[in-house]
Amino acid sequence: MSEREASHNVMELMICAAARLLEDRCTVAVGTGAPCAATMLAQRTHAPNLTIFFEAGGIAPILPEMPISVGDSRTFYRGVMASGMCDIMETCQRGLVDYTFLGGAQIDMYGNLNSTVIGDHSSPRVRLPGSGGANDFASFCWRTLVITPQDKRRFVPRLDFVTTPGYLTGGRSREEAGLPEGTGPYRVITNMAIMDFEESSRRMRIVSVHPGYSVEDVRAACGFELLAVNEVGSTPPPTGHELSILREEVDPHRYIIGRA
Amino acid sequence: MQNGSIEILGRGTGEIFASIDPDEARAYFRAKDKSLRNKVMYVREAVKRFVHDGDYVGIGGFGTNRIPTAVCHEIVRQKRKNLGFLGHTSTHDFQILAAGEVFDRCDVGYVVGLEARGLSPQARRYLESGKVRITENTNYTLSMRIKAASMGVPFILSRNLMGTDTFAKSASMLVRCPFTGKKLVAHPAIYPDVAAIHVHESDVHGNARIHGITISDLDLARAAKRLIITTERLIQESEIRRDPAATDIPYYLVDAVCEVPFGSYPGCMPGEYFSDEDHLREWLEAEKDPETLRSFLDRHIHSLDSFSRYLDLCGGIRRIRELRRKELLFRRQEDEDE
Repeated sequence: MSEREASHNVMELMICAAARLLEDRCTVAVGTGAPCAATMLAQRTHAPNLTIFFEAGGIAPILPEMPISVGDSRTFYRGVMASGMCDIMETCQRGLVDYTFLGGAQIDMYGNLNSTVIGDHSSPRVRLPGSGGANDFASFCWRTLVITPQDKRRFVPRLDFVTTPGYLTGGRSREEAGLPEGTGPYRVITNMAIMDFEESSRRMRIVSVHPGYSVEDVRAACGFELLAVNEVGSTPPPTGHELSILREEVDPHRYIIGRA
Repeated sequence: MQNGSIEILGRGTGEIFASIDPDEARAYFRAKDKSLRNKVMYVREAVKRFVHDGDYVGIGGFGTNRIPTAVCHEIVRQKRKNLGFLGHTSTHDFQILAAGEVFDRCDVGYVVGLEARGLSPQARRYLESGKVRITENTNYTLSMRIKAASMGVPFILSRNLMGTDTFAKSASMLVRCPFTGKKLVAHPAIYPDVAAIHVHESDVHGNARIHGITISDLDLARAAKRLIITTERLIQESEIRRDPAATDIPYYLVDAVCEVPFGSYPGCMPGEYFSDEDHLREWLEAEKDPETLRSFLDRHIHSLDSFSRYLDLCGGIRRIRELRRKELLFRRQEDEDE
């Protein structure tokens, strides 16, 4: 398969786009699913010296396959240490962890996330799992990456519940609330585009659109007004090399990439 | 900044469900029998003696990993009620206890979901029914609240939660640091009345070893007033004394030692066997309809007198052997050679 003609599905594109954001030698707190696939792909391509943390205590595993749980035995397989949750979270709180990956049932224009309830908290329409480690990671890690499908139901003007902090109400509100300086959402990777956050308003902004989508398409699938950079780029598609690593080594059973 | 005082800047509206008083805990621990003695008993007896209606309960492990499944089943089988529950990364354990409707208040860190496997329909119904009072936390918040108790103090500080509804519905307070003036969040300790932890090895006194990640269990063992250990296997005291650095939980914390081989099933046990994803799917499927769930619980818990019967029902040693091969990353070919 040539570099140019590699055909791919949207999940593969999202995973490759996320993987490229992780520099070599960086530290990443990950969960399972697409974030784990992106991290494994980065480690097997441009970032062999990346360090992986799992919230239950796994440190720097050499992942033999995709974990099913963030606490299963794969998460410390041939790792350097099998630790515990306080150690991992406090490593993040001390500022040693560069990236984390999160998702949620709802996201707003400041990158705040809801994974607690749909509807009212006291009598919810849907009770969801709650924060888990998301609020912790988003508070402590330097840069939060979000991988999520995009539609108006998910990209909402107002969250039913702010489980996990993004830039809260924009501007300096995150820092004023007391969260560590210099932290916050960094990129949002959807099935249609990649977004960042404008420096002063901290509002979500389109940086690049994936092949086949226009800025108008992306805005139409969003429940709030999306900013856009002056020259919106086109997300480079996965290379043949990335796809073969992803398909043959990272997710041979297509647990994640088969979901697209 | 006010010297010498901690200024309170805000507080969550969530309830505190368990005692946070370190002196009450000190008095309890002073009176506790800390002698080196044989504590081996059946799970049935351990739950009968140490888990009471109304208790605040913590379950060790991580949802589908190194969980004391037999204790969760027994709590349901003995129909405990009005428990408080530490919902710290609680997935299959939560599913079992929610199916038995044994608790009426819950500290939520992560519940209802089974990670990528989806949401538990019964756990959702139970929490959406209004029968359970909820205080929101995060996983780390609950780890810290247990850690505070294990330290013997009433609260602990961190820099998470700020600015969110998770804080608003928590039992925590926003405070100003008397040294730096920075905002911090103070979380009240949790001293569980009872906790159950599954381990790889324990001697008859409760000196216990965990292989692999410990999650929050070292602190949970120390914070809980009563502690039930279930162990894959009993080992001799001489083995513990040969390598004291390997001990994770010392005997004087422990009230009951129950030997439960394959006791984390259908969860994963590091180095021993992987999670049974097919059986976990059966649970989720059975939960969709309350009637089906009732007969599923009858078949898998109420009609059985022990956890080993449950293992037999789920495929017994043959199934465990498959899960062991999966855990140890044996190739399929080797499975078929047997």
